[in-house]
Amino acid sequence: MGMTMTQKILAAHAHLPSVEAGQLIEADLDLVLGNDITSPVAIHEMDGKMKDSSVFDKDKIALVMDHFVPNKDIKSAEHCKCVREFAARHEITNFFDVGEMGIEHALLPEKGLVVAGDVVIGADSHTCTYGALGAFSTGVGSTDMAAGMATGKAWFKVPSAIKIELTGRLSKWVSGKDVILHIIGMIGVDGALYQSMEFTGEGVSALSMDDRFTIANMAIEAGGKNGIFPVDEKAEAYMKEHSVRPFKAYEADEDAEYARVIRLDLSSIRPTVAFPHLPENTRSIDEAGEVAVDQVVIGSCTNGRMDDLRTAAKILEGRKVKKGVRTIVIPATQKIYLQAMEEGLLKTFIEAGAIVSTPTCGPCLGGYMGVLAEGERCVSTTNRNFVGRMGHVSSEVYLASPAVAAASAVTGRISGPEALGM
Amino acid sequence: MRAQGTVFKYGDNVDTDVIIPARYLNSSDPAELATHCMEDIDRDFVKKVKKGDIIVASKNFGCGSSREHAPISIKAAGVSCVIAETFARIFYRNAINIGLPIIECAEAARGIEAGDEVEIDFDSGMIYNKTRDTRFKGQAFPEFMQKIIAAEGLMNYINETKKQA
Repeated sequence: MGMTMTQKILAAHAHLPSVEAGQLIEADLDLVLGNDITSPVAIHEMDGKMKDSSVFDKDKIALVMDHFVPNKDIKSAEHCKCVREFAARHEITNFFDVGEMGIEHALLPEKGLVVAGDVVIGADSHTCTYGALGAFSTGVGSTDMAAGMATGKAWFKVPSAIKIELTGRLSKWVSGKDVILHIIGMIGVDGALYQSMEFTGEGVSALSMDDRFTIANMAIEAGGKNGIFPVDEKAEAYMKEHSVRPFKAYEADEDAEYARVIRLDLSSIRPTVAFPHLPENTRSIDEAGEVAVDQVVIGSCTNGRMDDLRTAAKILEGRKVKKGVRTIVIPATQKIYLQAMEEGLLKTFIEAGAIVSTPTCGPCLGGYMGVLAEGERCVSTTNRNFVGRMGHVSSEVYLASPAVAAASAVTGRISGPEALGM
Repeated sequence: MRAQGTVFKYGDNVDTDVIIPARYLNSSDPAELATHCMEDIDRDFVKKVKKGDIIVASKNFGCGSSREHAPISIKAAGVSCVIAETFARIFYRNAINIGLPIIECAEAARGIEAGDEVEIDFDSGMIYNKTRDTRFKGQAFPEFMQKIIAAEGLMNYINETKKQA
Protein backbone atom coordinates (compact mmCIF):
# COMPACT_ATOMS: atom_id res chain seq x y z
CA MET A 1 0.00 0.00 0.00
CA GLY A 2 1.24 3.47 -0.85
CA MET A 3 2.18 6.14 1.65
CA THR A 4 1.01 9.72 2.12
CA MET A 5 3.52 12.56 1.99
CA THR A 6 3.64 12.71 5.79
CA GLN A 7 4.10 8.94 6.10
CA LYS A 8 7.04 9.03 3.67
CA ILE A 9 8.83 11.72 5.67
CA LEU A 10 8.22 9.83 8.92
CA ALA A 11 9.40 6.51 7.42
CA ALA A 12 12.65 8.12 6.24
CA HIS A 13 13.29 9.60 9.69
CA ALA A 14 12.52 6.30 11.42
CA HIS A 15 14.90 4.47 9.03
CA LEU A 16 12.07 2.21 7.86
CA PRO A 17 11.23 1.26 4.27
CA SER A 18 7.57 2.00 4.92
CA VAL A 19 5.14 2.86 7.71
CA GLU A 20 1.38 2.65 8.02
CA ALA A 21 -1.29 4.58 9.88
CA GLY A 22 -1.44 3.69 13.56
CA GLN A 23 2.13 2.38 13.76
CA LEU A 24 4.23 3.68 16.66
CA ILE A 25 7.66 4.84 15.55
CA GLU A 26 10.65 6.71 16.86
CA ALA A 27 11.88 9.39 14.44
CA ASP A 28 15.05 11.49 14.20
CA LEU A 29 14.43 15.20 14.62
CA ASP A 30 15.86 17.96 12.44
CA LEU A 31 14.79 20.73 14.79
CA VAL A 32 13.33 21.11 18.29
CA LEU A 33 11.57 24.39 19.08
CA GLY A 34 10.45 26.08 22.27
CA ASN A 35 9.27 29.53 23.35
CA ASP A 36 9.40 31.60 26.54
CA ILE A 37 6.31 29.90 28.02
CA THR A 38 7.01 26.27 27.18
CA SER A 39 10.84 26.14 27.36
CA PRO A 40 11.18 26.85 31.11
CA VAL A 41 9.06 23.75 31.85
CA ALA A 42 11.24 21.70 29.46
CA ILE A 43 14.47 23.05 30.93
CA HIS A 44 13.26 22.19 34.43
CA GLU A 45 12.49 18.64 33.23
CA MET A 46 15.95 18.27 31.68
CA ASP A 47 17.90 19.75 34.57
CA GLY A 48 15.80 18.07 37.23
CA LYS A 49 15.34 14.58 35.83
CA MET A 50 18.05 13.82 33.29
CA LYS A 51 21.27 12.35 34.60
CA ASP A 52 23.02 13.68 31.52
CA SER A 53 21.49 17.06 30.74
CA SER A 54 23.51 17.78 27.59
CA VAL A 55 21.65 18.61 24.36
CA PHE A 56 21.78 16.35 21.31
CA ASP A 57 22.84 19.09 18.89
CA LYS A 58 23.22 22.77 19.74
CA ASP A 59 22.51 23.73 16.11
CA LYS A 60 19.18 21.85 15.97
CA ILE A 61 17.40 23.59 18.82
CA ALA A 62 15.56 26.88 18.40
CA LEU A 63 14.51 28.92 21.42
CA VAL A 64 12.36 31.94 20.59
CA MET A 65 11.31 34.52 23.16
CA ASP A 66 8.03 35.68 21.62
CA HIS A 67 4.98 35.24 23.83
CA PHE A 68 5.48 37.71 26.67
CA VAL A 69 8.39 39.81 25.39
CA PRO A 70 9.51 42.52 25.88
CA ASN A 71 8.62 41.10 29.28
CA LYS A 72 5.23 42.13 30.59
CA ASP A 73 5.97 41.40 34.25
CA ILE A 74 8.59 40.06 36.63
CA LYS A 75 7.54 36.41 36.34
CA SER A 76 7.76 36.53 32.54
CA ALA A 77 11.18 38.13 32.85
CA GLU A 78 12.29 35.27 35.13
CA HIS A 79 11.12 32.75 32.50
CA CYS A 80 13.12 34.47 29.76
CA LYS A 81 16.14 34.67 32.05
CA CYS A 82 15.92 30.91 32.66
CA VAL A 83 15.89 30.23 28.90
CA ARG A 84 18.62 32.81 28.20
CA GLU A 85 20.91 31.15 30.75
CA PHE A 86 20.15 27.67 29.39
CA ALA A 87 20.94 28.87 25.85
CA ALA A 88 24.24 30.35 27.00
CA ARG A 89 25.17 27.24 29.02
CA HIS A 90 24.55 24.92 26.07
CA GLU A 91 25.78 27.38 23.41
CA ILE A 92 22.46 27.11 21.57
CA THR A 93 23.02 28.59 18.10
CA ASN A 94 19.44 29.58 17.44
CA PHE A 95 18.41 31.52 20.52
CA PHE A 96 16.34 34.54 19.54
CA ASP A 97 15.88 37.25 22.14
CA VAL A 98 14.49 40.79 21.95
CA GLY A 99 16.03 42.57 18.96
CA GLU A 100 16.44 39.40 16.92
CA MET A 101 13.25 37.56 17.72
CA GLY A 102 10.03 37.31 15.82
CA ILE A 103 6.93 35.21 16.29
CA GLU A 104 8.43 31.71 16.14
CA HIS A 105 6.46 30.29 13.22
CA ALA A 106 7.15 33.30 11.01
CA LEU A 107 10.76 33.46 12.17
CA LEU A 108 11.98 29.89 11.63
CA PRO A 109 11.14 29.66 7.89
CA GLU A 110 12.47 33.19 7.37
CA LYS A 111 15.77 32.20 9.02
CA GLY A 112 15.95 29.10 6.82
CA LEU A 113 15.87 26.76 9.84
CA VAL A 114 13.18 24.50 8.36
CA VAL A 115 13.13 23.03 4.85
CA ALA A 116 11.14 20.42 2.94
CA GLY A 117 11.51 16.86 4.19
CA ASP A 118 12.39 17.86 7.76
CA VAL A 119 10.82 16.43 10.90
CA VAL A 120 10.30 19.22 13.43
CA ILE A 121 8.68 19.24 16.86
CA GLY A 122 7.90 22.42 18.73
CA ALA A 123 6.47 23.07 22.17
CA ASP A 124 3.85 25.30 20.61
CA SER A 125 0.69 24.01 18.97
CA HIS A 126 1.14 26.09 15.81
CA THR A 127 4.40 24.33 14.94
CA CYS A 128 2.37 22.70 12.15
CA THR A 129 2.99 25.92 10.14
CA TYR A 130 6.10 24.51 8.42
CA GLY A 131 4.02 22.05 6.46
CA ALA A 132 3.77 24.93 3.98
CA LEU A 133 7.38 24.10 3.05
CA GLY A 134 6.75 20.36 2.71
CA ALA A 135 8.13 19.51 6.15
CA PHE A 136 6.49 17.32 8.79
CA SER A 137 6.12 19.56 11.82
CA THR A 138 3.87 19.21 14.80
CA GLY A 139 3.18 20.74 18.18
CA VAL A 140 4.09 18.91 21.37
CA GLY A 141 4.36 19.75 25.06
CA SER A 142 7.34 20.73 27.14
CA THR A 143 8.30 17.19 28.19
CA ASP A 144 8.44 16.06 24.56
CA MET A 145 10.55 19.14 23.86
CA ALA A 146 12.90 18.21 26.73
CA ALA A 147 13.20 14.64 25.48
CA GLY A 148 13.78 15.94 21.96
CA MET A 149 16.52 18.31 23.12
CA ALA A 150 18.21 15.49 25.04
CA THR A 151 17.93 12.67 22.50
CA GLY A 152 17.17 14.21 19.08
CA LYS A 153 14.28 11.77 18.78
CA ALA A 154 10.53 11.69 19.38
CA TRP A 155 7.86 9.00 19.33
CA PHE A 156 4.93 9.34 16.94
CA LYS A 157 1.83 7.42 16.06
CA VAL A 158 1.87 7.45 12.25
CA PRO A 159 -1.20 9.47 11.22
CA SER A 160 -3.79 8.69 8.60
CA ALA A 161 -4.63 11.61 6.35
CA ILE A 162 -7.36 13.78 4.93
CA LYS A 163 -6.63 14.79 1.34
CA ILE A 164 -7.80 18.28 0.50
CA GLU A 165 -7.83 18.81 -3.25
CA LEU A 166 -7.81 22.47 -4.16
CA THR A 167 -8.93 23.73 -7.55
CA GLY A 168 -9.49 27.19 -8.98
CA ARG A 169 -8.14 30.50 -7.73
CA LEU A 170 -9.07 32.79 -4.85
CA SER A 171 -11.28 35.80 -5.57
CA LYS A 172 -10.23 39.36 -4.75
CA TRP A 173 -9.79 40.01 -0.99
CA VAL A 174 -10.01 36.27 -0.22
CA SER A 175 -6.88 34.74 1.30
CA GLY A 176 -5.42 31.63 2.91
CA LYS A 177 -7.14 32.57 6.17
CA ASP A 178 -10.55 32.33 4.54
CA VAL A 179 -9.59 28.94 3.05
CA ILE A 180 -8.60 27.39 6.37
CA LEU A 181 -11.52 28.93 8.29
CA HIS A 182 -13.85 27.60 5.60
CA ILE A 183 -12.35 24.09 5.94
CA ILE A 184 -12.53 24.15 9.76
CA GLY A 185 -16.14 25.26 9.44
CA MET A 186 -16.78 22.24 7.23
CA ILE A 187 -15.05 19.54 9.28
CA GLY A 188 -15.13 20.98 12.82
CA VAL A 189 -12.48 21.58 15.48
CA ASP A 190 -11.87 17.84 15.80
CA GLY A 191 -12.52 17.02 12.14
CA ALA A 192 -8.89 16.06 11.55
CA LEU A 193 -8.15 14.70 15.04
CA TYR A 194 -4.85 12.75 15.08
CA GLN A 195 -4.70 13.09 11.23
CA SER A 196 -2.60 14.83 8.61
CA MET A 197 -4.23 17.40 6.39
CA GLU A 198 -2.56 17.02 3.00
CA PHE A 199 -3.29 19.88 0.60
CA THR A 200 -2.97 18.99 -3.07
CA GLY A 201 -4.42 19.86 -6.46
CA GLU A 202 -3.87 22.45 -9.14
CA GLY A 203 -5.24 25.18 -6.87
CA VAL A 204 -2.10 25.03 -4.70
CA SER A 205 0.10 26.71 -7.32
CA ALA A 206 -1.93 29.93 -7.17
CA LEU A 207 -1.54 30.23 -3.39
CA SER A 208 1.30 32.45 -2.17
CA MET A 209 3.74 31.03 0.37
CA ASP A 210 2.25 33.36 2.99
CA ASP A 211 -1.20 31.92 2.24
CA ARG A 212 0.20 28.40 2.63
CA PHE A 213 1.83 29.26 5.97
CA THR A 214 -1.53 30.57 7.21
CA ILE A 215 -3.39 27.45 6.06
CA ALA A 216 -0.87 24.95 7.52
CA ASN A 217 -0.69 27.04 10.72
CA MET A 218 -4.34 26.41 11.56
CA ALA A 219 -4.38 22.64 10.86
CA ILE A 220 -4.28 22.27 14.66
CA GLU A 221 -7.58 24.17 14.92
CA ALA A 222 -9.18 21.21 13.15
CA GLY A 223 -7.40 18.89 15.60
CA GLY A 224 -4.83 17.93 12.93
CA LYS A 225 -1.42 16.52 13.70
CA ASN A 226 0.05 18.42 10.77
CA GLY A 227 -0.90 20.23 7.60
CA ILE A 228 1.33 19.77 4.60
CA PHE A 229 1.74 21.11 1.05
CA PRO A 230 3.56 19.64 -1.94
CA VAL A 231 6.90 21.22 -2.81
CA ASP A 232 6.45 23.24 -6.00
CA GLU A 233 8.46 26.00 -7.69
CA LYS A 234 7.20 28.64 -5.25
CA ALA A 235 8.24 26.57 -2.23
CA GLU A 236 11.64 25.83 -3.78
CA ALA A 237 12.19 29.51 -4.55
CA TYR A 238 11.27 30.42 -0.96
CA MET A 239 13.71 27.88 0.49
CA LYS A 240 16.53 28.89 -1.86
CA GLU A 241 16.03 32.51 -0.87
CA HIS A 242 15.98 31.84 2.88
CA SER A 243 18.03 28.71 3.55
CA VAL A 244 21.38 27.19 2.71
CA ARG A 245 20.25 23.76 3.87
CA PRO A 246 19.58 21.04 1.28
CA PHE A 247 15.92 20.01 1.13
CA LYS A 248 14.13 16.88 0.08
CA ALA A 249 10.74 16.98 -1.62
CA TYR A 250 8.51 13.99 -0.85
CA GLU A 251 5.42 13.16 -2.88
CA ALA A 252 2.49 11.04 -1.81
CA ASP A 253 2.22 7.70 -3.64
CA GLU A 254 -0.56 7.50 -6.18
CA ASP A 255 -2.10 4.61 -4.26
CA ALA A 256 -1.78 6.29 -0.86
CA GLU A 257 -4.82 5.66 1.30
CA TYR A 258 -6.79 8.61 2.66
CA ALA A 259 -9.39 8.51 5.42
CA ARG A 260 -11.32 11.20 3.60
CA VAL A 261 -11.04 13.32 0.45
CA ILE A 262 -12.37 16.88 0.35
CA ARG A 263 -12.58 18.79 -2.92
CA LEU A 264 -12.62 22.54 -2.67
CA ASP A 265 -12.97 25.11 -5.44
CA LEU A 266 -11.02 28.13 -4.17
CA SER A 267 -13.07 30.50 -6.32
CA SER A 268 -16.19 29.56 -4.36
CA ILE A 269 -14.81 30.79 -1.02
CA ARG A 270 -16.04 34.11 0.39
CA PRO A 271 -14.33 36.13 3.13
CA THR A 272 -15.02 34.02 6.21
CA VAL A 273 -15.36 34.88 9.90
CA ALA A 274 -15.27 32.47 12.87
CA PHE A 275 -17.70 33.64 15.54
CA PRO A 276 -17.16 32.99 19.27
CA HIS A 277 -16.18 30.66 20.82
CA LEU A 278 -14.81 28.06 18.42
CA PRO A 279 -12.92 28.34 15.13
CA GLU A 280 -15.57 26.06 13.57
CA ASN A 281 -18.35 28.63 14.09
CA THR A 282 -17.79 30.11 10.65
CA ARG A 283 -20.01 32.36 8.58
CA SER A 284 -19.34 34.05 5.29
CA ILE A 285 -19.00 37.83 5.50
CA ASP A 286 -22.41 38.05 3.82
CA GLU A 287 -24.00 36.28 6.80
CA ALA A 288 -22.05 38.13 9.49
CA GLY A 289 -24.85 40.55 10.34
CA GLU A 290 -24.35 43.70 12.38
CA VAL A 291 -21.54 43.12 14.90
CA ALA A 292 -19.94 46.25 16.36
CA VAL A 293 -16.33 45.85 17.53
CA ASP A 294 -14.08 47.55 20.10
CA GLN A 295 -10.71 46.31 18.91
CA VAL A 296 -8.95 44.96 15.83
CA VAL A 297 -5.74 42.92 15.92
CA ILE A 298 -3.72 42.30 12.75
CA GLY A 299 -0.75 40.02 13.36
CA SER A 300 0.24 36.66 14.95
CA CYS A 301 1.90 33.47 13.68
CA THR A 302 -1.19 33.06 11.50
CA ASN A 303 -1.34 36.45 9.80
CA GLY A 304 1.62 38.72 10.61
CA ARG A 305 3.55 38.28 7.34
CA MET A 306 4.20 40.67 4.44
CA ASP A 307 1.17 39.61 2.36
CA ASP A 308 -1.01 40.24 5.41
CA LEU A 309 0.39 43.68 6.18
CA ARG A 310 0.26 44.73 2.51
CA THR A 311 -3.39 43.73 2.28
CA ALA A 312 -4.29 45.58 5.48
CA ALA A 313 -2.38 48.67 4.30
CA LYS A 314 -4.16 48.70 0.94
CA ILE A 315 -7.44 48.97 2.80
CA LEU A 316 -6.27 51.48 5.43
CA GLU A 317 -4.43 53.72 2.92
CA GLY A 318 -6.05 57.15 2.98
CA ARG A 319 -8.71 56.00 5.48
CA LYS A 320 -9.12 56.35 9.24
CA VAL A 321 -10.02 53.66 11.72
CA LYS A 322 -13.37 54.38 13.32
CA LYS A 323 -13.08 56.37 16.51
CA GLY A 324 -13.20 54.00 19.47
CA VAL A 325 -11.85 50.98 17.59
CA ARG A 326 -8.40 50.26 19.00
CA THR A 327 -6.44 48.89 16.05
CA ILE A 328 -3.22 47.01 16.79
CA VAL A 329 -0.88 45.94 13.99
CA ILE A 330 1.93 43.51 14.85
CA PRO A 331 4.53 42.61 12.20
CA ALA A 332 5.60 39.04 12.98
CA THR A 333 9.39 39.44 12.74
CA GLN A 334 12.03 42.17 12.79
CA LYS A 335 12.64 41.58 9.08
CA ILE A 336 8.94 41.97 8.27
CA TYR A 337 8.81 45.06 10.50
CA LEU A 338 11.72 46.61 8.58
CA GLN A 339 10.30 45.66 5.19
CA ALA A 340 6.92 47.13 6.15
CA MET A 341 8.70 50.31 7.19
CA GLU A 342 10.60 50.53 3.91
CA GLU A 343 7.40 49.98 1.92
CA GLY A 344 5.67 52.77 3.86
CA LEU A 345 3.09 50.42 5.38
CA LEU A 346 3.81 51.47 8.96
CA LYS A 347 3.19 55.11 7.99
CA THR A 348 -0.13 54.07 6.46
CA PHE A 349 -1.13 52.24 9.65
CA ILE A 350 -0.15 55.08 11.96
CA GLU A 351 -1.80 57.75 9.79
CA ALA A 352 -4.97 55.65 9.79
CA GLY A 353 -4.99 55.75 13.60
CA ALA A 354 -3.68 52.23 14.24
CA ILE A 355 -0.71 51.41 16.46
CA VAL A 356 2.25 49.30 15.39
CA SER A 357 3.90 46.98 17.91
CA THR A 358 7.19 45.15 18.07
CA PRO A 359 6.77 41.43 17.21
CA THR A 360 4.95 39.55 19.99
CA CYS A 361 2.25 36.90 20.44
CA GLY A 362 0.85 39.25 23.16
CA PRO A 363 -2.87 39.76 22.51
CA CYS A 364 -3.52 36.49 20.65
CA LEU A 365 -3.50 34.55 23.91
CA GLY A 366 -4.64 37.41 26.12
CA GLY A 367 -1.14 37.94 27.44
CA TYR A 368 -0.75 41.70 27.04
CA MET A 369 -0.80 44.40 24.31
CA GLY A 370 -4.55 44.36 23.79
CA VAL A 371 -6.31 42.39 26.53
CA LEU A 372 -10.11 42.74 26.36
CA ALA A 373 -12.43 43.98 29.12
CA GLU A 374 -15.77 42.44 30.07
CA GLY A 375 -18.14 42.20 27.12
CA GLU A 376 -15.71 43.68 24.58
CA ARG A 377 -15.41 42.39 21.03
CA CYS A 378 -12.35 42.04 18.82
CA VAL A 379 -11.94 41.13 15.17
CA SER A 380 -8.60 39.40 15.04
CA THR A 381 -6.39 37.75 12.43
CA THR A 382 -5.19 35.34 15.12
CA ASN A 383 -6.11 31.66 15.37
CA ARG A 384 -8.30 31.00 18.44
CA ASN A 385 -11.53 32.49 19.73
CA PHE A 386 -12.03 30.30 22.80
CA VAL A 387 -13.75 31.63 25.92
CA GLY A 388 -11.43 34.16 27.57
CA ARG A 389 -8.74 33.73 24.93
CA MET A 390 -8.01 37.46 24.62
CA GLY A 391 -9.07 38.59 28.07
CA HIS A 392 -12.24 38.63 30.16
CA VAL A 393 -14.36 35.44 30.00
CA SER A 394 -17.27 37.41 28.58
CA SER A 395 -15.17 39.09 25.86
CA GLU A 396 -15.50 37.87 22.28
CA VAL A 397 -13.00 37.19 19.50
CA TYR A 398 -14.03 36.97 15.83
CA LEU A 399 -11.37 35.35 13.66
CA ALA A 400 -10.91 36.79 10.20
CA SER A 401 -8.44 37.63 7.44
CA PRO A 402 -6.31 40.80 7.40
CA ALA A 403 -8.64 42.22 4.72
CA VAL A 404 -11.74 41.77 6.88
CA ALA A 405 -9.92 42.95 10.02
CA ALA A 406 -8.72 46.15 8.31
CA ALA A 407 -12.12 46.89 6.78
CA SER A 408 -13.79 46.26 10.14
CA ALA A 409 -11.39 48.74 11.78
CA VAL A 410 -12.66 51.43 9.39
CA THR A 411 -16.38 50.67 9.67
CA GLY A 412 -16.38 49.72 13.35
CA ARG A 413 -18.36 46.57 12.66
CA ILE A 414 -17.51 43.24 11.03
CA SER A 415 -17.16 44.06 7.33
CA GLY A 416 -15.36 43.02 4.20
CA PRO A 417 -13.53 45.48 1.93
CA GLU A 418 -16.64 45.47 -0.26
CA ALA A 419 -18.34 47.58 2.42
CA LEU A 420 -15.78 50.28 1.60
CA GLY A 421 -16.55 50.04 -2.10
CA MET A 422 -13.31 48.19 -2.75
CA MET B 1 -3.05 0.98 40.18
CA ARG B 2 -6.52 2.22 41.15
CA ALA B 3 -8.27 5.57 41.44
CA GLN B 4 -11.49 6.59 43.14
CA GLY B 5 -13.28 9.89 43.39
CA THR B 6 -16.18 12.20 42.66
CA VAL B 7 -16.81 13.25 39.07
CA PHE B 8 -16.67 16.74 37.57
CA LYS B 9 -18.41 16.61 34.19
CA TYR B 10 -17.81 18.84 31.16
CA GLY B 11 -18.90 18.88 27.52
CA ASP B 12 -17.18 18.97 24.12
CA ASN B 13 -14.01 20.86 23.20
CA VAL B 14 -12.76 21.83 26.67
CA ASP B 15 -9.73 23.83 25.52
CA THR B 16 -6.45 24.41 27.32
CA ASP B 17 -7.21 28.15 27.57
CA VAL B 18 -10.13 27.45 29.91
CA ILE B 19 -8.19 24.71 31.74
CA ILE B 20 -5.40 27.17 32.53
CA PRO B 21 -5.84 30.70 31.13
CA ALA B 22 -2.77 32.32 29.56
CA ARG B 23 -2.82 35.10 32.14
CA TYR B 24 -1.35 32.54 34.55
CA LEU B 25 1.30 31.18 32.19
CA ASN B 26 3.91 33.50 33.62
CA SER B 27 4.26 30.75 36.22
CA SER B 28 5.37 27.15 35.75
CA ASP B 29 4.92 26.16 39.41
CA PRO B 30 2.45 23.22 39.57
CA ALA B 31 1.00 24.27 42.94
CA GLU B 32 0.33 27.81 41.73
CA LEU B 33 -1.13 26.59 38.41
CA ALA B 34 -3.43 24.25 40.36
CA THR B 35 -5.07 27.22 42.10
CA HIS B 36 -6.37 28.42 38.71
CA CYS B 37 -7.25 25.04 37.21
CA MET B 38 -10.49 25.10 35.10
CA GLU B 39 -11.00 28.74 36.16
CA ASP B 40 -12.61 29.99 32.94
CA ILE B 41 -15.03 27.07 32.58
CA ASP B 42 -15.85 26.33 36.22
CA ARG B 43 -14.95 28.94 38.83
CA ASP B 44 -15.90 26.60 41.69
CA PHE B 45 -13.73 23.69 40.55
CA VAL B 46 -10.70 24.52 42.70
CA LYS B 47 -12.93 25.14 45.74
CA LYS B 48 -14.67 21.77 45.41
CA VAL B 49 -12.04 19.39 44.02
CA LYS B 50 -10.63 16.77 46.42
CA LYS B 51 -7.61 14.55 45.99
CA GLY B 52 -8.53 11.59 43.81
CA ASP B 53 -11.47 13.25 42.02
CA ILE B 54 -12.11 12.49 38.37
CA ILE B 55 -12.84 14.69 35.34
CA VAL B 56 -15.20 13.26 32.71
CA ALA B 57 -15.75 15.09 29.42
CA SER B 58 -17.09 14.55 25.93
CA LYS B 59 -15.18 15.05 22.66
CA ASN B 60 -11.79 16.66 22.00
CA PHE B 61 -10.77 17.35 25.61
CA GLY B 62 -7.68 19.56 25.87
CA CYS B 63 -7.86 21.11 22.41
CA GLY B 64 -5.92 24.22 21.50
CA SER B 65 -2.62 25.34 22.94
CA SER B 66 0.21 22.87 23.58
CA ARG B 67 0.71 24.25 27.09
CA GLU B 68 1.74 21.37 29.34
CA HIS B 69 0.64 23.67 32.15
CA ALA B 70 -2.89 22.32 31.45
CA PRO B 71 -2.35 18.66 32.46
CA ILE B 72 0.15 19.83 35.09
CA SER B 73 -2.52 22.03 36.73
CA ILE B 74 -5.08 19.19 36.61
CA LYS B 75 -2.65 16.72 38.17
CA ALA B 76 -1.51 19.21 40.81
CA ALA B 77 -5.15 19.99 41.68
CA GLY B 78 -5.40 16.36 42.82
CA VAL B 79 -7.32 14.86 39.90
CA SER B 80 -6.57 11.14 39.60
CA CYS B 81 -7.83 10.56 36.06
CA VAL B 82 -9.48 12.26 33.08
CA ILE B 83 -11.97 10.22 31.07
CA ALA B 84 -13.19 11.56 27.72
CA GLU B 85 -14.78 10.40 24.48
CA THR B 86 -11.69 11.71 22.68
CA PHE B 87 -8.67 13.83 23.59
CA ALA B 88 -6.90 16.44 21.48
CA ARG B 89 -3.61 14.87 20.47
CA ILE B 90 -1.13 17.23 22.14
CA PHE B 91 -3.00 17.01 25.45
CA TYR B 92 -3.00 13.21 25.11
CA ARG B 93 0.80 13.13 24.67
CA ASN B 94 1.36 15.64 27.45
CA ALA B 95 -0.78 13.75 29.94
CA ILE B 96 1.09 10.50 29.30
CA ASN B 97 4.45 12.28 29.36
CA ILE B 98 3.84 13.81 32.79
CA GLY B 99 2.09 10.75 34.24
CA LEU B 100 -1.51 12.03 34.43
CA PRO B 101 -3.74 8.99 33.82
CA ILE B 102 -6.26 9.49 31.00
CA ILE B 103 -8.74 7.08 29.45
CA GLU B 104 -10.60 7.30 26.13
CA CYS B 105 -14.02 5.72 26.56
CA ALA B 106 -17.10 7.10 24.81
CA GLU B 107 -19.54 4.88 26.74
CA ALA B 108 -18.15 5.98 30.11
CA ALA B 109 -18.16 9.63 29.04
CA ARG B 110 -21.87 9.28 28.24
CA GLY B 111 -22.79 7.06 31.18
CA ILE B 112 -21.22 9.07 34.00
CA GLU B 113 -22.70 12.28 35.39
CA ALA B 114 -21.42 15.08 37.60
CA GLY B 115 -21.21 14.02 41.23
CA ASP B 116 -21.11 10.28 40.51
CA GLU B 117 -18.65 8.20 42.53
CA VAL B 118 -16.36 6.35 40.16
CA GLU B 119 -13.64 3.75 40.65
CA ILE B 120 -11.00 2.94 38.02
CA ASP B 121 -8.68 -0.05 37.74
CA PHE B 122 -5.89 1.07 35.41
CA ASP B 123 -4.44 -2.41 34.98
CA SER B 124 -7.64 -3.82 33.52
CA GLY B 125 -8.99 -0.54 32.10
CA MET B 126 -12.26 -1.10 33.98
CA ILE B 127 -14.30 1.93 35.00
CA TYR B 128 -16.95 1.32 37.68
CA ASN B 129 -19.68 3.90 38.30
CA LYS B 130 -20.57 3.11 41.92
CA THR B 131 -23.45 5.61 42.01
CA ARG B 132 -25.27 3.96 39.07
CA ASP B 133 -23.74 0.48 39.37
CA THR B 134 -22.56 0.48 35.76
CA ARG B 135 -19.26 -0.71 34.30
CA PHE B 136 -17.28 0.40 31.26
CA LYS B 137 -14.14 -0.86 29.61
CA GLY B 138 -11.66 1.83 28.61
CA GLN B 139 -9.25 1.47 25.72
CA ALA B 140 -5.93 -0.07 26.75
CA PHE B 141 -2.73 1.85 26.06
CA PRO B 142 -0.24 0.46 23.54
CA GLU B 143 2.65 -1.31 25.28
CA PHE B 144 5.06 1.53 24.50
CA MET B 145 2.89 4.06 26.31
CA GLN B 146 2.35 1.68 29.22
CA LYS B 147 6.11 1.69 29.73
CA ILE B 148 6.17 5.49 29.87
CA ILE B 149 3.30 5.49 32.35
CA ALA B 150 4.98 2.76 34.45
CA ALA B 151 8.15 4.86 34.57
CA GLU B 152 5.98 7.79 35.76
CA GLY B 153 6.75 9.95 32.77
CA LEU B 154 8.79 10.23 29.61
CA MET B 155 11.95 11.66 31.15
CA ASN B 156 12.25 8.81 33.65
CA TYR B 157 11.60 6.34 30.83
CA ILE B 158 14.40 7.86 28.75
CA ASN B 159 16.76 7.74 31.73
CA GLU B 160 15.95 4.06 32.21
CA THR B 161 16.39 3.14 28.55
CA LYS B 162 19.64 5.12 28.36
CA LYS B 163 20.92 3.21 31.40
CA GLN B 164 20.13 -0.10 29.69
CA ALA B 165 21.94 1.01 26.52
